[in-house]
Amino acid sequence: MTGFVRTEDAPTLPAPADLTGPWAAVRKRLFPTPISSVAGILIAALVFWVVWNLIDWAVIRAVWSAPDRELCNAPGAGACWPFAFAKFHQWMYGFFPMEERWRVNVVYILGVLSMAALLIPSVPGKPWSALFFFVVYPIITFVLFVGGMFGLPFVETTQWGGLMVTLVLSVTSMVVSVPLGILLALGRRSTMPIVSLLSTIFIEVVRGVPLVLVLFMAANMFPLFMPPGVNPDKLLIAIVGMALFASAYMAEIIRGGLQAIPKGQYEGAQAVGLSYWKMMGLIIMPQVIKIVIPSIVNHFISLFKDTSLVTVVGILDLLGMVQTGFNDAKWASAQTGNTGYFVLASIYWMFCFGMSRYSQFIERKLATGTKR
Amino acid sequence: MTTADDKRLTSAPPKGSGMDWLYSAKLRGWVSQIVVLLLLLWGLYEIVQNTQANLARLNKHFGFDFLSQSSGFDLSTSLIWYSSSSNYARALLVGFYNTALVAVLGIIFATLLGFTIGVMRLSKNWIVSRFALGYVELVRNVPLLVQIFAWYALVLKPLPGPKQAYTFFNSSLFLSNRGLLLPHPNFADGAWAGLAGLAIAIAGVAIFRRWAARKQAQTGIATPTVVPSIAALILLPALGLLLAGWPLSWDFPELAGFNFRGGMTLVPEFFALFLALVIYTASFIAEIVRSGILAVSHGQTEASQALGLDGNQTLRLVVIPQAMRVIIPPMASQYLNLTKNSSLAVAIGFPDLMYAGGTVNNQSGAAIEVFSIVLVVYLATSLVTATLMNWFNARMKLVER
Repeated sequence: MTGFVRTEDAPTLPAPADLTGPWAAVRKRLFPTPISSVAGILIAALVFWVVWNLIDWAVIRAVWSAPDRELCNAPGAGACWPFAFAKFHQWMYGFFPMEERWRVNVVYILGVLSMAALLIPSVPGKPWSALFFFVVYPIITFVLFVGGMFGLPFVETTQWGGLMVTLVLSVTSMVVSVPLGILLALGRRSTMPIVSLLSTIFIEVVRGVPLVLVLFMAANMFPLFMPPGVNPDKLLIAIVGMALFASAYMAEIIRGGLQAIPKGQYEGAQAVGLSYWKMMGLIIMPQVIKIVIPSIVNHFISLFKDTSLVTVVGILDLLGMVQTGFNDAKWASAQTGNTGYFVLASIYWMFCFGMSRYSQFIERKLATGTKR
Repeated sequence: MTTADDKRLTSAPPKGSGMDWLYSAKLRGWVSQIVVLLLLLWGLYEIVQNTQANLARLNKHFGFDFLSQSSGFDLSTSLIWYSSSSNYARALLVGFYNTALVAVLGIIFATLLGFTIGVMRLSKNWIVSRFALGYVELVRNVPLLVQIFAWYALVLKPLPGPKQAYTFFNSSLFLSNRGLLLPHPNFADGAWAGLAGLAIAIAGVAIFRRWAARKQAQTGIATPTVVPSIAALILLPALGLLLAGWPLSWDFPELAGFNFRGGMTLVPEFFALFLALVIYTASFIAEIVRSGILAVSHGQTEASQALGLDGNQTLRLVVIPQAMRVIIPPMASQYLNLTKNSSLAVAIGFPDLMYAGGTVNNQSGAAIEVFSIVLVVYLATSLVTATLMNWFNARMKLVER
């Protein structure tokens, strides 16, 4: 009995008709199953409707130039852009004296440059840019914003406002929360019972209550805790509240990173004779920071969004400043609120989306570093 | 890590110098802790001293006796009976119930929406997955407070006044700028029969589901449980009420002059807060669900397809139960966030605990007392939620071999 062995390849058949051609990919991606197709079409219609209405409102029916609210109040008018143009400087600088606004601009430009030096991986001299951003830059900012020295006129914090206050709040609490969070995390993991207990209580209490409550408590109770006659600055109180709040969350992020470090790293550091602080500073923390950078960026995003809550305790941050504009009798119209909130949401969105993109970028970069 | 041991390893005491005690890690640890404690106590002492001086200057005293004074303010929404002559304690209680209402409803709907968006994000349909991605990226990058204000200003304020209200269902439902008015159920004596029916229904459903699960495990035959369960949960309480002579009447809202009378009102502030909380939290839940589903190995999906389950069954019976283990812990923290974020009600004037606390503080001036109460209540709520979710997490973990 002889077996049959094929000596030449079987003829290649063409792929089934419904898997080839330009329509196959479209069908597979857009209409895989009947239910999915219907859902897709409905969603496409919804998106189209929303986008069309948005364009209609923001471009076609919008009022582009007007001296006051008259045109914006006309029936059928869309976005009231003249309102946004007229108020834009206030949204950026608050009530900062007009001739002193260059100081804010200098701080903005320095901030962008030092952030770029710190955040773009290919720029050399990271320790120096970190030193500048975390130590020198806050001092420069303080001097330029507050004034009253080096011949700069003094500007009260009640004159600050808008994006400037939002950035001051978020950057200060970010900068403060990193070292404070590291200390709290180390304290919580410490074997010293009192230190560990105090750190744990602080972290859990702050994380268990809403930020609004922290801000309310800071605004209402802080003045009572101060020696009689001392009236702490309202903005300063809010900054302290936000910074403490941010530190508690930062502590938990760092603690998660500490737990991810294998025990061998601690033992290795001890075996070469490093002291506790040298072990932490030279061996453990550099690895922890690398692990937790994505979480830290996410924490910064939520912190940036959370700064809007200071509006509730009467501080004119970006949100508060935009809302103040609504009450201006010159501009109060049916479309003022919509326009203001649209611009506001866009500004916040750009900042947060940028940060989240950076977080994803750095995550990918760090992942390739640890890949074997 | 043991800090005490490290020091023992690194700093060798000079032997026989009589100074050994200076290098004892234990002693150092205790000394530094006592210093920390003393600093803390000193700080507390200063705070107490300053506070006493400040309170004396403002002619106030510390104490909780103000809670029994009548509040003198109204709250727009209340689940329990409340008027401006009720006391401060009751105002805070009303606030707590409202916080609980928003939190519970918000958690339920945010979970539903979040799961839907999260599953859509993984759809093979390009339009569906892109839409879900757009939703997540758009919503989670705008502060919640801005969203609350935007919903309040853009959608809910333009509603017509009471006279031109939209009416539904034969004038039993009104939608206007005063909010949504619903008929209010009134229970007379004998309403316990309905509760008894509900209790029996819950017990019956639990037994039925357990029986169905055991039967499926033994014979492989699945018994439909969802429809019978829902039917029992609705019909049995109704039967109980019917047997007790239907002790239930409805108080319908009606237009009287410029406002409504009767019924119960869900104020626009509630909807603004609820919508914003649900939409915002859902975007985070969607990402959690997505990463949870992606964490389930692809072999599981292929195996269930090989067994002949369709896409829906694969998702419901194989993928999601396994994804749940990854999903639950971050989900718990989102639930806690939602509960805490509901305190933003204070910005638009929905009377939740934070708003009630703020108003009581403004009226009574007892800042320390009021905010301590609010703090303790929020902490307790967080702890209870965390405990519940830990319990649920442990229960889901048992599914594992």
